[in-house]
Amino acid sequence: MADEIIIGLEIHCQLNTASKLFCGCSTDFRDDAPNTHTCPICLGLPGTMPMLNKKAIEFALLVAKALHCEVLDECEFARKNYFYPDLNKAYQITQYDKPLAEGGNLIIEGDNGERKIRITRIHLEEDPGRSVHMGSQDRARYTLVDYNRSGIPLIEIVTEPDLRSPKEARRFLNKMRATLEYLNVFDSEAEGSLRVDANISIKGSNRVEVKNISSYKGVEKALLFEITRQKNAIRRGLKVERETRHFLETRGVTTSSRSKEEENDYRYFPEPDLLPLRVKSWIDAIELPELPDARRERFIKQYACSVEHAKTLTGSIRIAEFFEKVASIDHTLASTWTADYLLGELNYRGMSIDVVPPDIFRDLLSHLKNESITDKSGVEVMRIILDKIAHKEPIETPTACITRLGLGKTGEGEITGMVKDVLDENQSAVQDYRTGKNEALNYLVGQVMKKCRGRADPAQLNRLLIELLAKKE
Amino acid sequence: MEMISFNPHDTCNAFITTQIQAPFKEGALSGVPIAIKDNICTAGIETTCGSAILKGYIPPYDAHVITLLKDAGAAIVGKTNMDEFGMGTTTESSAFGPTTNPHDPSRVPGGSSGGSAAAVASGMVPYALGTDTGGSIRCPASFCGITGLKPTYGRVSRFGLIAYANSLEQIGPMAQDVSGVSRIFSVIAGHDTHDATSVNHPYTHNPDPEKINGMRIGVPDEFFGDGVDPAVSTVVKEALDVFASKGAELIPFTMPSMRFSLAAYYVICTSEASSNLARFDGIRYGPAIDTKNRWHDAFSKYRHDYFGKEVRRRIMLGTFALSSGYYGRYYQKAQAAKRMVREDFARIFTDVDIIAGPTMPTVAYKLGEKNDPLQMYLSDILTVPANLAGVPALSVPCGHIEKMPVGLQIMGKPFDDETVIDAAYAYEQEVAKNGR
Repeated sequence: MADEIIIGLEIHCQLNTASKLFCGCSTDFRDDAPNTHTCPICLGLPGTMPMLNKKAIEFALLVAKALHCEVLDECEFARKNYFYPDLNKAYQITQYDKPLAEGGNLIIEGDNGERKIRITRIHLEEDPGRSVHMGSQDRARYTLVDYNRSGIPLIEIVTEPDLRSPKEARRFLNKMRATLEYLNVFDSEAEGSLRVDANISIKGSNRVEVKNISSYKGVEKALLFEITRQKNAIRRGLKVERETRHFLETRGVTTSSRSKEEENDYRYFPEPDLLPLRVKSWIDAIELPELPDARRERFIKQYACSVEHAKTLTGSIRIAEFFEKVASIDHTLASTWTADYLLGELNYRGMSIDVVPPDIFRDLLSHLKNESITDKSGVEVMRIILDKIAHKEPIETPTACITRLGLGKTGEGEITGMVKDVLDENQSAVQDYRTGKNEALNYLVGQVMKKCRGRADPAQLNRLLIELLAKKE
Repeated sequence: MEMISFNPHDTCNAFITTQIQAPFKEGALSGVPIAIKDNICTAGIETTCGSAILKGYIPPYDAHVITLLKDAGAAIVGKTNMDEFGMGTTTESSAFGPTTNPHDPSRVPGGSSGGSAAAVASGMVPYALGTDTGGSIRCPASFCGITGLKPTYGRVSRFGLIAYANSLEQIGPMAQDVSGVSRIFSVIAGHDTHDATSVNHPYTHNPDPEKINGMRIGVPDEFFGDGVDPAVSTVVKEALDVFASKGAELIPFTMPSMRFSLAAYYVICTSEASSNLARFDGIRYGPAIDTKNRWHDAFSKYRHDYFGKEVRRRIMLGTFALSSGYYGRYYQKAQAAKRMVREDFARIFTDVDIIAGPTMPTVAYKLGEKNDPLQMYLSDILTVPANLAGVPALSVPCGHIEKMPVGLQIMGKPFDDETVIDAAYAYEQEVAKNGR
């Protein structure tokens, strides 16, 4: 019998409010120099006090409602005390025994049908600053601290140990990301906007906490590594130690962090500078937008998308919004070309759908709908345009690209001429065809396509070839 | 902007920093010099909390009370000495040396706002701001023979006050007389969006000496019991008789929660302090760390070297009280005791308008006299209940014992600082009239 794998996640997401959790500093710091988005409050200067950002509470409540959580009558902020250079007050303002909300769920696609993953709690907290080690973490000559991140609002979402495989954990995260994006409270593309700690155990053995996972792929990688490590230990008759391990993204491994310095007693106590929050009643006024599952069902109904296409197209709000901007050209073409071709090409280039102007894609779809280009030419045009975007070169419209490269579908006259040439040049194949070798026809089609660089309509070409072969007899 | 010159003959070491030229604007307090306790942030002026660990720290921002005072025209003329981070009752634990009592240089001025009290009592300034976590305004006011008010918790913004024990402390005015306290209080009271615990309750009152007539004054037995110098009891009881002579009714009562007050107070204030003071790790403030040690070793050594003994003691006490496994036994229990004190006050205030008794159990000690920390903690017994309950409390001079001043403490209902001030004013006016 396979070992049962038990996984629970703690997900930290930065909320994309305009200002920080306890001060008015802008959260839009990623392109700016270190320590330029700071003030006495988020620097934790002596004497400063936190002012709670109402928007952050509203965002967190949106998440609570979307995840079917119960908002507590009264929640409370607490101090988590520990010493670290990037934690400028030497405590983090977070929530401890009275979180904002408890007990929800998120439905994901499991290995065998739908699975309901239980949510333990959701709470609000501030992000610490960021240490920048000059050199590797172990051998840095010195460390700089950037407090731009200090005070960015985070929500921590804690799951019950309901996940059963790394793949399921990945799916859960993708669904969570999509949900948060649909709520418009989270920007998954902002660097470092998501961090995950995973608790993982093989049934019957000790639980290990893996900290410091900061990408979606990293979660699956870290969990796979950890399961293999734990299984190997059990197989060799060793005990899995109950411990905290760190995931090293670059090496894809987890390492033990058993140093004394990391054994913290956080000495939580209620933050005396903030009053307890009573926001349960706000929840009624909060309206949820359309969430991924609802949008998927709508796409199936409204655009007659296949189930698979609908899942792909609604898996991220950016893709869904893009699709809805181009769908009016032709529902079927739009869903096939977005889900099957465009996303593949983007993925291959590591690009986001945000960089593709919907008008450009609409133009391409129009050509495909009018059958003025072949599918093959369509892909070629798309690749040319995406490469230009990737290299930040000026882009041309598909129409211009088709004209410039002469990719328009060949007319009957032009193709007839080419077919005649090919037949003249390939007498042996013609003979083979006439003696009943049908494969010869495919060879001849290939030769014509080569000549016209794929611009011929395959059905038309077939018909012409058969006609001319019959005539010449 | 105009300037005043300030160059006091500071024989009692009341100031850590002085502004020889202090700017001021037009306003109700135009050009009035005011001294500020050195745990209140002043933009551009060194703010040390009386600690070596903050030596050289110049805040980039003004505390809300400083903004209010400047806007009213006051001139910030200096930063006053204090027990390190407010942790003391004598101003002896300052890294800048002790302040002495203007009435007797061999005695302490009280603490922790000892510099502010001495600056006012010696006449160097008419007004000062102090802060009161467990009696730190009232004790030095009592020892130095001036008036000081710890306002209702939430009535004055704490934004910019370098926190020692957030849930207990308030900034308050200190002055030669009750009118002076009232004048400064009217400037600094009111709501501040930067302080979530501040309440929109401005003070626009003029002290009224007639309100004493018919006032019901609670007199707690515990304030005249064990540990209180009988000579102090006698002086304070005479003061209460003055109230009675003006038509007030004295109502003796008992305060059972007094038993827990001191213990609860010291658990809460040390717990909060252990967290508040953790940020002083040598990276951002104070003398730079000069070491190649690892991070933990470096900041541990730094904190040992630059914090004074009493501060280290309280940090350790608080760290212990919050530790896992002890939290319920200490911090939570202290919070429960705090609620009992609050309830006790609420119960008493259904029957009386104010509570009166001595501020301190004794007059000012000799320098070095309170070298046993536990003895020093015990001297806060009469002042900490008001901090736990969050109620307003004021100390007004009510006589002397061998030339050393005695303070009368008046406590009121939450947000009824006005009545406390009226009672103190009535006493002060009556005594002035009779030339006592």
